Amino acid sequence: MRDLLDDIDRWRTAGKKIALARVVDIQGSGPREAGASMAVNEDGEVIGSVSGGCVESAVVTEALAILAGEQPSRIVTFGYSDDEAFAVGLTCGGIIHLFIQPLEW
Amino acid sequence: MSAYDIFSAHVRDNSPVALATVIEGPNTGAILVVTPQGVVGGTLGNEDIDRVVARDTAGELEAGRTIVRHYGPHGESTPEDLIETDTVRVFIESFSPPPLMWIFGAVDFTAALARVAKVLGYHVTVCDAREIFATRRRFPMADEVRVTWPTPMFTERGERLGPRDAVCILTHDPKFDVPAIQGALATRVGYIGVMGSRKTHAKRLERLAEVGVTNTAELGRLHSPIGLDLGGRTPEETAISIVGEIIAARTGREARSLGATDGPIH
Repeated sequence: MRDLLDDIDRWRTAGKKIALARVVDIQGSGPREAGASMAVNEDGEVIGSVSGGCVESAVVTEALAILAGEQPSRIVTFGYSDDEAFAVGLTCGGIIHLFIQPLEW
Repeated sequence: MSAYDIFSAHVRDNSPVALATVIEGPNTGAILVVTPQGVVGGTLGNEDIDRVVARDTAGELEAGRTIVRHYGPHGESTPEDLIETDTVRVFIESFSPPPLMWIFGAVDFTAALARVAKVLGYHVTVCDAREIFATRRRFPMADEVRVTWPTPMFTERGERLGPRDAVCILTHDPKFDVPAIQGALATRVGYIGVMGSRKTHAKRLERLAEVGVTNTAELGRLHSPIGLDLGGRTPEETAISIVGEIIAARTGREARSLGATDGPIH
């Protein structure tokens, strides 16, 4: 998240609503470590990344739904392992668990 | 100040800080901001869980770890206490200060290495005793440029260097090399690389022997000549070979092509 601070501060100053997505756990092969993060503002602008580009666009959709209040802050899983898994997969075959929440703290 | 403001101020000051976030359970999304001194912002919902999570988070921060831990609603953490109760999953994320790279010698290779090191997240300090070379104008990408001999630099700050940090000695001048190597060997720094041809390397070993550095274990800590054998020539290619060697030294890999090896990649 260190790399995102400048942009996040700029968005906060401009009064934008922001969602933060962080990788909290990885099973199997994963392109990024726990702590990899991206942020999305209400206009759909995106900074950072959480995978090798495999799941970012799906994360944006989730993040915007959370910002709009259509979904609560929650863990979102990408990969093919279980029932909750989303249709979007990682090319490396791993599973990543992200926590997505509004940056309202 | 909000929890975010407190957190980001610590990150910008390069002072260690961790975030503990409830990712499942009551108060999902709640945040606690923790430093080695204790809680500095936020709450996870009640004093009990704050106290227990703060203690664990300070421990993870000390180790530089990022991890998910499980608790009961009031911070219960022994397995018996967690049976038949709601569990709270807490994501603990440590933000340790960036690793340090000290580069001795203000030469062309230095600028390229400083640039590449910044990409990898190092806090880069360039040191040279020659005032006309060690200037901010020549090394705008470095975090700090110091006009100093190696010995005072190590005396003043050597204690700050640890296993995640790197010292790269690019001077190829024995006046600087020898004291820089002696200084680096006296620290806990994880990587010490020294530039020079194989001939320079051999001569350097003689000079080090003259000042009493002959211990094989100590000399084994030196990566000399510095860098992986990529066959590159330019300052930029050399910089890549140096940081490649730093990564391989950390992971303990032989740095061969993945196509020529098998086994897990990460």
